[in-house]
Amino acid sequence: MRYSGFRVIKEALTGHKGWTPAWRDPQPKPKYDILIIGGGGHGLATAYYLAKEFRQSNIAVIEKGWIGGGNVGRNTTIIRSNYMLDGNEPFYEFSLKLWEGLEQDFNYNAMVSQRGILNLIHSDAQRDAYIRRGNAMMLNGADAELLSAEQVRREYPFLNFNDARFPIKGGLAQRRGGTVRHDAVAWGYARGADSRGVDIIQNCEVTGFRIENGQCLGVETSRGFIGAGKVGVAVAGNSSRVMAQAGMRLPIESHVLQAFVSEGLKPVLPGVITFGAGHFYCSQSDKGGLVFGGDIDGYNSYAQRGNLAVVEDVIEGGMALFPGLGRVRLLRMWGGVMDMSMDGSPIIDRTHIDGLYFNGGWCYGGFKATPASGWCFAHLLTTDTPHPTAAAYRFDRFEKGRMIDEKGMGAQPNLH
Amino acid sequence: MIISHPLLGPCDAQEFTYLGDARLIDRPDGMAAGAEAAFFDYAYLRDNPAGLHRELWFHEQGDRSWLVVTRNTVTHEITNVELARDVARNSGRSA
Repeated sequence: MRYSGFRVIKEALTGHKGWTPAWRDPQPKPKYDILIIGGGGHGLATAYYLAKEFRQSNIAVIEKGWIGGGNVGRNTTIIRSNYMLDGNEPFYEFSLKLWEGLEQDFNYNAMVSQRGILNLIHSDAQRDAYIRRGNAMMLNGADAELLSAEQVRREYPFLNFNDARFPIKGGLAQRRGGTVRHDAVAWGYARGADSRGVDIIQNCEVTGFRIENGQCLGVETSRGFIGAGKVGVAVAGNSSRVMAQAGMRLPIESHVLQAFVSEGLKPVLPGVITFGAGHFYCSQSDKGGLVFGGDIDGYNSYAQRGNLAVVEDVIEGGMALFPGLGRVRLLRMWGGVMDMSMDGSPIIDRTHIDGLYFNGGWCYGGFKATPASGWCFAHLLTTDTPHPTAAAYRFDRFEKGRMIDEKGMGAQPNLH
Repeated sequence: MIISHPLLGPCDAQEFTYLGDARLIDRPDGMAAGAEAAFFDYAYLRDNPAGLHRELWFHEQGDRSWLVVTRNTVTHEITNVELARDVARNSGRSA
């Protein structure tokens, strides 16, 4: 069923009796050509692009819980491509371009809103670094704009410009950045994949891999063995757990990252702002809640909840930048499990086991990457070669010293 | 989280800095054969279990001792705390 304004009107006039479920609930088949483990944003996007762009068939996505229940339902919904390094920026710019056409492409309202992202500058050295980053972005075809303190003040007059320790001296803006309704991304990809014949199998947990003579033949699941020509793993925070079942140790630690949303307010924050001197960034959702977050708690965790010390740290950062925040009540807070790679950049690569492919290590930046991650993983699964924009995201880069250390931190908590 | 320090008693985890998996104590011998592969493994690969995890915490705001804390990464429950010095000596690292 195609969604459109006409359809909404027609259904309104006929008692909304014509709507059908957005995806089926199929039983697993004995064997698929391509099996994706993980029904999150990245797994569903992979299945969608496999079916739509790479013309593959007989595909399934298996998910241990319900689709979209992991990090794609737990992030702060920001999209941007303001990276600097060559291994990263073309990939994230490819992703942002896919976001720009996404809703028309998969015929689902994901509320992509290019309201802009602004990284604030608090020192001369930081301005130099941001100018360099902005130039790198423009060299890769992205947009970047350096703003003076006065320009920032015109757009965000309520910020604390004269803070004694961290005065605002300007900002690096990316106008094409913004926010997306995160759940709709998972649902849109799921619906688009399902309508092209992909089986989305929920409540189906992987319990092991069947590997013979270095070849992956399929996966053991809570719903029985499912054979597969190729298996793609896209399970974010559970990467180490799942790949351990194939006997692999990964350059990944799982850490908890918390996020917060306030009560609904009238429009106050036009775009996304990030504090350049502390752990705080914020945007306003379409419902009016201020959505904000900070940095990882700083210890290995699979708990999907964090500790109060980080809550205090994030709120302190928020108050230093945005004093009016003190009048706002916090509505909800939650945590997600981040697959922190050792250099802070992801992996989209084959493994040493034939037929087993891996997509993970997204750290806390996986949401914005969803479309390109799906596209590049689908490219790898179909052609066995990396997509040009994801060619640097290899397993062997740690061994060979080709790290993509955008922030020079990786998983190391005390560097954050 | 409260870490029960073997010498100082219960301390807030905020007094500590976290390093990671306690296997970082077992630094490979740089002069041995296969040192390159051993150091790649040591520096980059992790077990990253969901469940009990032995990990190094540094009491930076306290007595500056290194501890090996056994903690459940699913519940954050801490079940055992040892001085890292004792763990290293028991594994034959030094006298």
